[in-house]
Order: sequence, then C-alpha cells, then structure tokens
Amino acid sequence: MSVSQAIVIDKPPPQARGWPRVRILGYALVGIWMLFGAGIVAYLVYAWNAEFFARYAPAYLQGLGTTLSLVSISMVVGALLSLPVAYGRMSKNPTLSALAYCYVYFFRGTPLLVQTYLVYYGIGSFRPELETVGLWWFFREAFYCGVFAFSLNTAAYQAEILRGAIESVARGQWEGAASLGLHRLQTLRKVIMPQAIIVALRPYGNELILMIKASAIVAIITVYDLMGNAKLAYAKSFDIQAYIWVAIVYLVMVEILRHGVEWIERRITVHLHR
Amino acid sequence: MPAQSIWTLLSWGPEGWSDDIASGVLVTIALALATLPIGLVIGFFIAFAKQHEEPSLRLAGNIYTTVFRGLPELVTLFLFFFGMPLLLQYLVRLFNPDATIDVNSFVAGMIVLALIFSSYASEVFLSAFRAIAKGQYEGGYAIGLSTWQTMRLVILPQLIRIAFPGLENCWLSLLKDTSLVSVVNLAETLRQSGVAARVTKHSFLFYSVAALIFLALAVLSSIATSYILRYLGRREAQ
Repeated sequence: MSVSQAIVIDKPPPQARGWPRVRILGYALVGIWMLFGAGIVAYLVYAWNAEFFARYAPAYLQGLGTTLSLVSISMVVGALLSLPVAYGRMSKNPTLSALAYCYVYFFRGTPLLVQTYLVYYGIGSFRPELETVGLWWFFREAFYCGVFAFSLNTAAYQAEILRGAIESVARGQWEGAASLGLHRLQTLRKVIMPQAIIVALRPYGNELILMIKASAIVAIITVYDLMGNAKLAYAKSFDIQAYIWVAIVYLVMVEILRHGVEWIERRITVHLHR
Repeated sequence: MPAQSIWTLLSWGPEGWSDDIASGVLVTIALALATLPIGLVIGFFIAFAKQHEEPSLRLAGNIYTTVFRGLPELVTLFLFFFGMPLLLQYLVRLFNPDATIDVNSFVAGMIVLALIFSSYASEVFLSAFRAIAKGQYEGGYAIGLSTWQTMRLVILPQLIRIAFPGLENCWLSLLKDTSLVSVVNLAETLRQSGVAARVTKHSFLFYSVAALIFLALAVLSSIATSYILRYLGRREAQ
C-alpha cells in the first residue's frame, strides 16, 4: 500500500448532509434546552423585584463568603488530616493500615448529612461532658460543627487520592532515587511528588467541586451559608427565584473551578504533549 | 435524660424505635432501587448522545451533564420540590382553573436523584463507549447487522462489563444521596432516626444507628456487585 493510498483511507468519513433523523433530534433537544434557559431568564425578568434583590443580595454575598470559608478551611484541615491517614493506608503495619482503612470506609460509606448530624446533634447532646472538658464553645456553633464534619469527611477522600497518586508512580522511581543516595523524604519531595501531582490534580479538583456542592447541606444545621440564606429568603418571600439565583451562583462557581483545573492540567502536562 | 435503657430504645415495638427505623430503611431501599433503572436508561442515552458524531446531539448531552453535575444535590431537590408544583399548577390551570397540585416527596426525590445519577452515569458510559474499538461496530455492520442490532448484540454486552465498576460507584453515591430527601419530609432512614433522636433525646445513639445502616447497605451492595461482577466475568470467559 502506498503512502498516498493510506492517506486517502485515513480521511474521516464525510459529514452527513441535509437533515438526517439524528440531526433533527439533536436540534430539537438543543432547542428544548434553549427554551428552558429562555424560560428561566424570562421568569427572572418577569418576576424581577427590586425590593427582593436589594433585601437579599447582601445576605447572599455574605452567605457566599461563609460557604467559601467553610470549604477552604475544611479542605486545608482535611489535607493535613489526610497525610497520616494516607500513611496508615500504605503502611505495612497491619493494625495501622486496618485503622486507616476503617476510617476511610466509614467516612466514604455514610452520607455526609448523617455525619454532620452526628457531629452537630449527636456530639452536641453531651453538653455537660463537653463543658467539663472545655470544648462546648466549639460544638455549640453550627459552623464549627460543619467544619469539623467536612474536614473529617474530606480527609478520607483526600487520603485515597493521595495514596492513589503516590502508588501510581512506578517503584523504579523510588529505587532509582535510593540508588542516587536520596533519603525517603527527599525522594518523596523531589522525585515522587512532581509526578504524583499530575495524577492527583484532577481528583483534587473534583473533590473541591464536590465539597462546594456538599457545603449546601450545612444550611440544614442552621448555618447561614449561600444555601442557608436562600432557604431564609424563600421562607420569608415564598418566591422560587430565591432558589433559582442560588442555583446560578453555584453553577457559575463550579464551572469556573472546573475550567480552572483543566487549565492548570494543560499547563503542568505541557511536557507530555507532542 | 430519660431513664430508659438503650436496649429498650432499640427494641422492636411501641417502646422501641427499631420498627420505625426499619420502615425508613425500606423507603431508602425502595427509593434507590426505583431510581436506578430510570437513571441507567437516561444515563445511557445521554452518553450515546455525547459520543455521537452529530454536534447538536453532543451539545445537548453536554448541557445536561454540566447542569446536573454542577448544581448541588440539595439545590436541585429544592428547586424541583418547590418549583415543580408552581410550574405544573400553572400548566394545569390553563385547562382546569381550580386544580391544585401537590408533589409527593418520594416522586420528587426519585426525579431529582435520577437526574443526578444519570449525569454521573453518563460519564461512566461515555468512557466505556470510548474504550470500545471502532472495529467492533464495523464488524457488526460487516456481518449484516443493523445499527440497532449492532448496539444491542455487540456493543452493549461489552459496554456493561467495562462500565460496571464505575456504575457501582454511582450506585453507592445514589444510596448516600437518598438521605438528602429526608429534608423534604420523606420518612426514610435518616428522617426516622431523626424523629427518634428528637423524641428520646438520644441523638448520638440514633444518628449512629443511621450511619451504621448506611454502612451496612454499602457493604451489602459491594457483596452483591462482586457476585454480579463474577457472573459477568464468567460470561466473558465462555
């Protein structure tokens, strides 16, 4: 087979012309989405209420701040907690690894809402005991309880991400570094981590997105985050646009993050593309 | 605190709460099982659209996943639970001016969970579609199968096997997401445990029970899926 023939064969098939059935279906579905979007915009314009906006917009902004601080504190504390858990999961010591496994299994196997209730209502019910230990100020505040539950939860997920990323780096890399005389910490920092970060970036980004989405549930334990303020606005005004606005804010946040992670991934994998 | 012992509280019958919680567990399982087939079918078609060569079909599928994966589950639930009756009422009143509509929280939960489950499942199906070589389709057409037959007889059996582990994860998160429907007053596991906790003031005990129930459901699911996986593996070996 000559080269020119191969090129002719490799050409993609010509695009279907005219109006095949799938194209009609596709246009119809896109049309439904556009109608849906236009309907929401039309509703928001029709139901535009300057008083509603003036009254609740500052509350939403404040709620956004609460949501972001809740998520960022939990992510950082979770990242710190995930280090010993990931170490335990990879350890050869059976007790240590079993403990870490149980921790991860519990927090990944039960709903975050249950965990949050368990902390806020469950631990909170031991008030006299907590007062004697001097921890009542912490468990009295719904926000702190939310941070506590979210940190423990994300630590379990982050530990698994970390473990997966480190284990994805080939053994030969450890051995090569050892033969160069690097000790374990140096190996981890200079050889393993740069390679593991590429693998871990996307899961970490997904975990951050999941946390932002999950943070809406603290509204149920009376924290006035973004969702909490939407609930309050709805309870006062019975106006469904309270939830529509909050949905738009969450969607924009998640999309910015998703594209940001993709951008970073493109940047740090430049050397892998040809 | 009440003087009743833990064992009385956890017993079966009027004194204890086990029967109430057990009915909640049944609702949880029913909700998850009712959502599963709907979500799988929608997810499959969304994935099919997303890998189609027709750009408009791909666009429609991508908008679906962007919206339902981007929105917090709770926001979607509230939007549907409070927004759906308004919309339906508006539509129904065009024909019948004095109709009132109430949305059942089980049905609202089922719709919302199916939307969320299908958007995650579609990603799993999509990567499974991409893992199947083009030659499989061409082979199917070459022996004279129609497009639909190729899909059903050649692609689908492979697709299920490839997508299965990913779908297992989707199922586990579906099982956990059912707890959110307790917020709109569906009497499922968490709701019933919450009622028990509030009445008896033993919050820690009853929320721990709820957590253990969800954990047990997850363990049961993984046992069941390992059986199914072994069955699928045997099919492949034949």
